Amino acid sequence: MTTLSDPPRGAFRLSMLINDTRYRSYTFQFIALVIVIAIFGYLGSNLMANLRAAGLNISYGFLGQSSNYDINQTLIEYSSRSTHWRAAMVGILNTMLVAFLACITATIIGVLAGVLRLSPNWIVRKLMAGYVEAFRNVPVLIWIIIIFTIMTAVLPAPNAFRGDNPTASMLFGAFAFTNRGLYLPAPVWGPGSLIVALVFVASIIGVFVYRRYATKLLYDTGKLLPMGWPSLVILFVPTLLVFFVLGRPISLDYPELKGFNFQGGIQVLGSLIALWWALAIYTGAFIAENVRAGIQSVSKGQAEAAASLGMRPNRIMNLVVLPQALRVIIPPLISNYLNITKNSSLAIVVGYMDITGTLGGITLNQTGRAIEAILLLMLFYLLISLAISGLMNVYNNAVRLKER
Amino acid sequence: MSDTHQQSIGYVRDSMLPETAPPLGEAGAIKWARANLFSSVANGILTLVALFTIYLLISAVLPWILNGIWEAPSIRACREILDGATGGCFAVLTERWNQLLFGFKYPSDIYWRPTLAFVLLFVAIAPVLFRKVFPAQMLVFTALYPFVAYYLIWGGSILIPIFALLGFVVGYLVYSRFVAQSFAAGFFGGIVAALLFWYVTGFLPVEGILALEEVPSRDMGGFMLNLILGTVCVSLSIPFGIALALGRQSDMPIIKWICVVFIEFIRGVPLITLLFVANVVLAYFLPPGTNFDLILRVIIMITMFASAYIAEVIRGGLAALPNGQYEAGDSLGLDYAQKMRLIILPQALKISIPGIVNVAVGLFKDTTLVSVISMFDLVGMIRGPILASTEWNGVYWELLSFAALLFFVVCYGISQYSQWLERELQTDHR
Repeated sequence: MTTLSDPPRGAFRLSMLINDTRYRSYTFQFIALVIVIAIFGYLGSNLMANLRAAGLNISYGFLGQSSNYDINQTLIEYSSRSTHWRAAMVGILNTMLVAFLACITATIIGVLAGVLRLSPNWIVRKLMAGYVEAFRNVPVLIWIIIIFTIMTAVLPAPNAFRGDNPTASMLFGAFAFTNRGLYLPAPVWGPGSLIVALVFVASIIGVFVYRRYATKLLYDTGKLLPMGWPSLVILFVPTLLVFFVLGRPISLDYPELKGFNFQGGIQVLGSLIALWWALAIYTGAFIAENVRAGIQSVSKGQAEAAASLGMRPNRIMNLVVLPQALRVIIPPLISNYLNITKNSSLAIVVGYMDITGTLGGITLNQTGRAIEAILLLMLFYLLISLAISGLMNVYNNAVRLKER
Repeated sequence: MSDTHQQSIGYVRDSMLPETAPPLGEAGAIKWARANLFSSVANGILTLVALFTIYLLISAVLPWILNGIWEAPSIRACREILDGATGGCFAVLTERWNQLLFGFKYPSDIYWRPTLAFVLLFVAIAPVLFRKVFPAQMLVFTALYPFVAYYLIWGGSILIPIFALLGFVVGYLVYSRFVAQSFAAGFFGGIVAALLFWYVTGFLPVEGILALEEVPSRDMGGFMLNLILGTVCVSLSIPFGIALALGRQSDMPIIKWICVVFIEFIRGVPLITLLFVANVVLAYFLPPGTNFDLILRVIIMITMFASAYIAEVIRGGLAALPNGQYEAGDSLGLDYAQKMRLIILPQALKISIPGIVNVAVGLFKDTTLVSVISMFDLVGMIRGPILASTEWNGVYWELLSFAALLFFVVCYGISQYSQWLERELQTDHR
C-alpha cells in the first residue's frame, strides 16, 4: 500500500516559481503588484510632466479663498465672500437634503406600489405594473428633465397670482406653485415653543414606552391592549394641550405676493422639487420590485400556517410575512438609497447646487483646480457610500436568520 | 300495479334536464369583475381610483397624440395649424429626425453607413441571443462585426480594422499553440503576441486604401452615440467583470485586494464624476502631447464603471454555487483555469444572467449622462441644439416623450429577453 506523503522536497529550482503550486501564487502576486505599481508610476510621472508643462501644481489652497459666487439655496450661512470650502459644505448639505427627501418619498411610493402589485385587484395590479415598467426603463436623467420642465414651463409665474381676477390661485391660501418654486408657510417659533417641542419629543418616547409595555403585558398575561388609537392620543393630545395652554407660541408665516415675487414663508426651489420627485418616482419603481420580490419570497405555507392558528389577515402580514420579507427587502433597499445619493449628482442638469454643482461645477471652473476638486468630490461620495454600506452590514447581521 | 303506481308519482323525471347557463352574477365578465375588482368595499374604491387615474391619463394624452401635427416647419406654424386646440407638435420629430438619430455633425450623405451598421448589429447579435434558432456558423459574423461596424461608422482605411482583427487572430494562434502546456502561458503569450503585432503594424502606411470618408469621433451624436456607448461598453465590461470577480474570489491576498479596492472605489462614486474625470482630468495622466478623443476616454471610464458592477453580479453567481462544484473540479484533477472554464463559470454565469442584464440596461440608460459633459447624445441633442433653435424653442413634451419612448422600447425589450432566457436556461426541475 502506498500512503499519501508530502511531495518530494527537492532543492528549489527557478522553474518551480511557475510550475509548483506552492510558489506560483507568489509569482503571480509579485507580477500583479509590479504591474500596478508600474501603471501608477507611469500615470504619476505623466501627471508631473503635464503639470510642469502647464505651470500648475497640486494644492488645496483654493479652498480657503473667497468663492465669489452665490448659491440659491443654503442651509447654513453663506455669502459670495465665503470660502470655497464653505461653498462645498453648502453643497454637501444640499446633497444630503435632496437624498434624504428622495429616500423617504421613494420608500413610501415603492412600498405602496409593491404591495399594490400583489393586490387581488386586476386593474390596480396592471396599473402598478405599468408604472414600474415605465419608470424603470427610461433614464432618470429624462425624468429629471421632464419634471423640471413641468416646474418651469407649465406652472404659472408669480405675477399670474396678481390682480382681482388672477389666472392662478394659491392652494388653501397657503401653498403657491410657481415657476420659481413652491412657496409654503414657514413656522415662526415664538417664546415657549421650546416647551411644546420638548413635550412632543416626550410624547414620541411615551408612545414607544406604551407599546413596549403593551407587548410585555401580552407576552406575560396574554391580555391584548389596543395599540392604534392610544398611540395617537399619546402622540398628539399632550402637545396640543400645551400648545393651547401656552397661547399658541408657534404660528405660521404665510407667503404673500409682494412686488414681483412672493415674500415670506419658505421657498422650495423648482430644481429641488424636480430632482427630489424624479429620483423618488424613478427609484420607487425599483423599490416596488424589491418589495414584491420580498413578499413573494415568504413561502405561502407561512401565511397559511398563521391563518390556521386563527390569526387575522393584517396580523398575519405584520407578524409573520413582513418580518421575514424585510430580511429580503432591506439589502436592495439600502443599495437603492445609495443609488439615490449617487444619482443626486445629476442636480447639475437642473442647476440645483449640490456638491457636484458647487465643488465640481462652479468652484472647479473658477479656480481651474480640476484634479483637486474632482478628487475631493469622489472622496465625498466614496465616504457616503462606505458609511451606508457599513450601516447595511450592521443591519444585515442584526436581522440575519439566527441558526442554532 | 307497478304501472299505475309509476304513473301516479309525477315527480320522477325520466329525461335529463338540459344544462342551463349559470346565473348572470356567477359567470363571464360580471363574475370576473366581482371577484377581481369589487370583492370588497376597499377593493371597489381602489378600482374606481385606478379607473379614474387611467381616464385622466388617457384624456390628457390621447387628444394630444391624435390631434398631433406631423408636418410643419416651426413651432409657430404648428400652433397656427392647431389654432388653440390641444395637440402635439410632432413635426419637430419629422423635421429633426436625422439630428435626433445621428447628431448634427455627422455628414448627412453617409447616414446609410451607421444605419447599415445598426441593421447588421441584429444579424451579429441574433446567434448570440437565440442560439437554438440560428446556426452556429453565424457566430463568425458576430466575431467580425465589431470591425465591420468600426469601418462603417468611423470610416477611414479598411486596413485599420483588418490589422486590429489580424492582431486578435495572431493572439489566438499563439494561445492555441501554448495552451496545451499551461493556460497562463497561452493566455499571456497570446496577449503579448497581439500587442506586438499591433505595435509593428502601427508603422505601416495605411492611408487611403479602400478608404471610406472618415468621420471624427466628435461628430457622433444622437441616439447613435447612446447605442455605440451602450453596446461597446457592455460587451467590453463583461470579460473585465469576470476577471475582477475571479480576482476578488482569489486566495492570493494582493490580487484580491487590488480587485476589492478597484470595485469598491468605482461603485462608491457616481458615474458623473467618472465622466468629469474623462472630460477634464484624464488628459493630465496621459503622456504629454497625446490627443485622445473624448469618446474613447468616455468609453474607457464607462467600461471601468460597468465592469465593477458586473464583477459584483458575477461574484454573487460564484458565491451561489455550492462548494461541492469546486471540490468536484479539484477531485477531477483539473487545474484552476480548467476548473473555472469547464465547471464553475458556465454555471455561475448562468445564474448571473438576470443581474448582468440589469446592469446592461442600467448602463444603457446611464449613457444619457454624457450630455452633461457636453456630448450631443439623444438627450444632449434635445436640450442643446434642438430646444435652443428658434424654430423649436418650447417643444418639450414631444421631444422628451420621444426620447423616453426610444429608451423604453430598447430597455423593456432587453429585460423581456432576459426573462425569457432565464426560463430557457432553467435546467433544474423545480
